[in-house]
Amino acid sequence: MFEDHLARLEAIAEALERRDVPLDEALRLFEEGIARVRAATETLDAAEGRLRELVQRADGTFGTTDGTPLAPDDDG
Amino acid sequence: MQGRGGGGGWTRASGPRGTVASVAPGESAGRAMPVSTLTAMARDVLEGGFPALWVAGEVSNFQRHRNGHWYFTLKDAAAAIDCVVWGSDQARLPAPPDDGMQVAAFGRLTMWAKRARVQFVVHAMEAEGEGLWRKAFEKVRAALDADGLLDPARKRPIPRFPRVVGVVTSADGAAMHDIVSVIARRHPGIDVVIIPAAVQGETAPASLVRALRRAARWGGADVLVIARGGGSREDLWAFNDEKVARAIAACPVPTVSAVGHVVDVTIADYVADARAATPSAAAELVAPVRDDLRRDLAALAGGMSASLTRRVRDGRRDLLRTARAVRGLATHTAERGRERVRTLSAKIHALSPLATLARGYALPRDAQGRALSRVAQYTAGLPFELVLRDGQVAATTDAVRPGAAP
Repeated sequence: MFEDHLARLEAIAEALERRDVPLDEALRLFEEGIARVRAATETLDAAEGRLRELVQRADGTFGTTDGTPLAPDDDG
Repeated sequence: MQGRGGGGGWTRASGPRGTVASVAPGESAGRAMPVSTLTAMARDVLEGGFPALWVAGEVSNFQRHRNGHWYFTLKDAAAAIDCVVWGSDQARLPAPPDDGMQVAAFGRLTMWAKRARVQFVVHAMEAEGEGLWRKAFEKVRAALDADGLLDPARKRPIPRFPRVVGVVTSADGAAMHDIVSVIARRHPGIDVVIIPAAVQGETAPASLVRALRRAARWGGADVLVIARGGGSREDLWAFNDEKVARAIAACPVPTVSAVGHVVDVTIADYVADARAATPSAAAELVAPVRDDLRRDLAALAGGMSASLTRRVRDGRRDLLRTARAVRGLATHTAERGRERVRTLSAKIHALSPLATLARGYALPRDAQGRALSRVAQYTAGLPFELVLRDGQVAATTDAVRPGAAP
């Protein structure tokens, strides 16, 4: 998701640099870009990484344990 | 201990029977020892007299016997000894030795009692210049290469922004600890999922293969790190295992190998999509720094704003420039028009009958304004008009006289 936002943002930034995009299109792209910057930043802020372990369920499918929040330790 | 009795007396061998016989076996023709007793005694002496030890020499006459054991001769310039590696010990050797290899073999001296043949039973072996390991390594590498698994074109890009990083390693190892702490420091928004596996010992290859297959079937990771901390070459050997390499190659998720220290290169490094020198380096490879990403986003937003501002400013400038050009063009066009009108006007004036009138002539016209320039257009009594330089005169025809002008 973050990757999609970033890929699209890079394309928009590039399009805005070009002179051959009509101005009204450039304005539309700019609005989309700002919305995506906001969404991507929220994705970054919201993500709370955890340390999990892969486990196999009784039915053979896979899942992960709830895990513990990632925290850098002192010597890291 | 042996030969304590002197003169060939074997007090130890005769011990159990010493209480009932005062004469040791073999001391007289009457008490001749059976061959099998002799060779069994010799074997006991040999085995008791030498601890397990390392022997250096050159391998020759290597044979893989149908019974599953390896046989060869270890020799130096002056002597040679038969050696055997039992099938059960072979798994601990990276590869069988080649004839001509200089090796150090660890084992025990024994005797095959049936033929009284002295034999060195080898449990471990090291070849000069890591020969055995290199040989095993190259063998696996060649097999993988033959199947195209080492083709650089197979390498997939590592995702730049993984949400979930899978780590195949020992659950309590240093590698796990390093990876988690580096990722947590760089980007605490990433999920790290450990897929536990034994990373050394005889069970490690199968355990790693299982873990890789589980990770593949789970499919929840964006990238998979296969890691192990530093260790001896033997410790890292599972990562040179062909089955492990094939499981890495078959993994549907991009893989990063991170085994040992910077200098350790394993087969896993060749088949993985990316190689990191250490587990910490692997974590740095897969986890972008979150603050950098925030900065990048801000820079992108700033760049877009700047681009748009520039576009608007350029647009306004272009508009003004165009307006000026249009105005200039209009002025120019009007000027040229005026000029043309002047020219045409002069031309028309020169041709106009009015100019003729100005010179003193008169123009006769009928009531419809048609010029009456020929005699045939007149009849006696026809009223007409004479147009002069400064007005008109009404006139009537008195008589018509055709003929040439006077």
